[in-house]
Amino acid sequence: MIAELTKNERNGALVILAVLTVVGLVMAVAGYADPFGIHGGLVAIAALAGIFAVISGYFAPEPTLARFGEYYDTPSKIGIGLAMAWAVFGLFVGDWVAWLLAYPNATFDAGWSSFGRLRPVHTTGVIFGFGGNALIATSFHVMQRTCRARLPDQLTPLFVLFGYNLFCILAVTGYLMGLTQSKEYAEPEWYVDLWLVVVWVTYLVLYLRLLARRREPHIYVANWYYLAFIVVVAMLHVVNNLAVPISFYEAKSYSLFSGVQDAMTEWWYGHNAVAFFLTSGFLGMMYYYLPKRAGRPIFSYRMSIVSFWGITFFYMWAGSHHLHYTALPQWVQTLGMTFSLMLLIPSWGSAGNALLTLNGAWGRVRDDATLRFMMVAAVFYGLTTFEGSFMAIRSVNSLSHYTDWTIGHVHAGALGWVAMITFGSIYALVPWLWKREGMYSPRAVEVHFWLALGGTLVYVLAMWNSGIIQGLMWRTYNDSGTLAYSFVDSVVAMRPYYIARAIGGLMFLLGAIVGSWNIWMTVRMPAPVPADAGGDQPAIALQAGE
Amino acid sequence: MFGLHYRLERKAIGLVLGIMLVASIGGIVEIAPLFTIHQTVEDVPDMRVYTPLEVAGRNIYIREGCYACHSQMIRTLRDEVERYGPYSLAVESKYDHPMLWGSKRTGPDLARIGGKYSDEWHVAHLMDPRAVVPESVMPSYGWLARSDLRTDNLGRHLKALRTVGVPYTDEMIASASADAYGQTAPDTNFAAGVAKRYGEATNIRPFGATPNGGLTEMDALVAYLQILGRLTDAAHRPVGG
Repeated sequence: MIAELTKNERNGALVILAVLTVVGLVMAVAGYADPFGIHGGLVAIAALAGIFAVISGYFAPEPTLARFGEYYDTPSKIGIGLAMAWAVFGLFVGDWVAWLLAYPNATFDAGWSSFGRLRPVHTTGVIFGFGGNALIATSFHVMQRTCRARLPDQLTPLFVLFGYNLFCILAVTGYLMGLTQSKEYAEPEWYVDLWLVVVWVTYLVLYLRLLARRREPHIYVANWYYLAFIVVVAMLHVVNNLAVPISFYEAKSYSLFSGVQDAMTEWWYGHNAVAFFLTSGFLGMMYYYLPKRAGRPIFSYRMSIVSFWGITFFYMWAGSHHLHYTALPQWVQTLGMTFSLMLLIPSWGSAGNALLTLNGAWGRVRDDATLRFMMVAAVFYGLTTFEGSFMAIRSVNSLSHYTDWTIGHVHAGALGWVAMITFGSIYALVPWLWKREGMYSPRAVEVHFWLALGGTLVYVLAMWNSGIIQGLMWRTYNDSGTLAYSFVDSVVAMRPYYIARAIGGLMFLLGAIVGSWNIWMTVRMPAPVPADAGGDQPAIALQAGE
Repeated sequence: MFGLHYRLERKAIGLVLGIMLVASIGGIVEIAPLFTIHQTVEDVPDMRVYTPLEVAGRNIYIREGCYACHSQMIRTLRDEVERYGPYSLAVESKYDHPMLWGSKRTGPDLARIGGKYSDEWHVAHLMDPRAVVPESVMPSYGWLARSDLRTDNLGRHLKALRTVGVPYTDEMIASASADAYGQTAPDTNFAAGVAKRYGEATNIRPFGATPNGGLTEMDALVAYLQILGRLTDAAHRPVGG
């Protein structure tokens, strides 16, 4: 990794890491009486480890100009490894907390291991750890190919990747110590949020620098989605995390907004974290890897235009459907519901576009588990967006809200769509990046596919059942006109479904472990035949002085 | 239209600006008016602020992720009102930075839990939920009773809250740490100060956990739970009354 950096880049890395070390040490000293200080120490240790790595490779010969004849894929390779590690970690914690709901004593008598602290570890681990790393890794790969240009330099992508993972680690360790803003999917405290802003702006600038170097007049659809993902997540992140810390050496902060305005801002953020992190970015992935793997062009270019702008516009209105029948003014609720229904059109436009692209390649879907991952992902995307629009209807929401139905819906999207499209893309990408004939074990891909699909179905069906039962029990009346069930009656009724859900989650986790093993073995396989890039080279080979 | 797009997709900056513009509209239309339309939050003269001890308890509630399983928002539905009490008003979370409305009820709603059970019940329940409710799936929070409550920085907490809009006075900020103790020590001068600054309706009692020792996190959490839904009576008054 270090040997690929030029002398200037090695020096640049040392400067950045030295600054980070100093910042970490200042945090550690100033905040010695607070968890803030522990995070400072963690930052300093991470930066020192980076300095050690750079120095140990510092005197390696500089890369030759021939590097400009090849794409720069090291960050994508590392990103895939990190994504799989976060997947196994995040899914493990998720399954642990799932078992806790059936066996509440299956934990330690300490704060860090209680449900309330582990739950954000799970959500952050899978959404930001697994999903985020997969998005960064694939975006670097896709944008270089679709622009037919090499990444503008070698240090910035590594900064984005490692900086982002530092964010994830600070977030997760923070929850275990009890540091949280309590805003769902935006839990990290103010200084962690600020660090993400630095990383994210660098990511956007990197993307724009690469687009400026492209040798294709048009920007490909996948890049529109990756761009929307980067730009809008930045907007959401900054607004929702506005807060005033109690001091600059303590972790705690208070949200700038309160009550109803805070609720609306949080769900404007929360729903669009789903839209622009978990949908837009992964649609970018789908628009590149699915047609590539199927060997078919995208079905309709116009449909992708309509879907793209529809999703970008409509999604931002839909957040208030999380607040039906609450103290939020009704006009906002009604707008949220209306736009949620309209959102179905661009959503199904994308899902349909993906599935119609497979016309003529259905034989391959049958035989190739990798392509089947992507096909099933598109189907789940269509089903989940339909379910989402349905649940946004006020009368449906009065039943589904606060219940496990919501959890089932989210996991249909997260497991069925996000994770499936990611696994499919990674299985396509790994042999390309490491220049192998295929995955080490196609059979293991098949096993992973069925574990993932089976696990998702068990999970989602269990949560549909429990959620609807729960919602109905809460609103059932006796003949005498009083409520029929106490709350705890509904808790008792959930138990079999909680066990089923934990089993479904376990299957999904096992699948991810099989996948990680398979990727590891593929990377370790001996490289076949003289590496022939087969046209997988940037168009601007051998332009010196860059 | 597609011709226009054909040109737009050749311009990276154009695409970025287009995305920012299109994505801004929804939030501007839905969020900005909530700050300007006066009826969004009811005017209630008797709305109180959290005491320092309750703020500390609220922060423990946040830290332990209680909001992941308990909502604090009773919806305008008949069965919810009959189960939990009058539906929640916007004003009741006016000083909640951030709000804790929640999104999931693995356990019941807590918007009106204050005063419903005794302090002893809450302590026993938090120590071991299944000792009180055998079917419960709630975690045990025994370590809260073993952890001393940090009160030395409560003044900074109140100050930050004032910056974001909660009307704490200089006096409240200056005596925040003493008031946290005073709220658990009835019949002392400290307690009198709490009543003077935060109103006679403030709960002033030991909150059960450790009558002789110092303040624990358990005391603060119970103090917070016992104030939920009781900062104002507005929700109990007839509409328009």
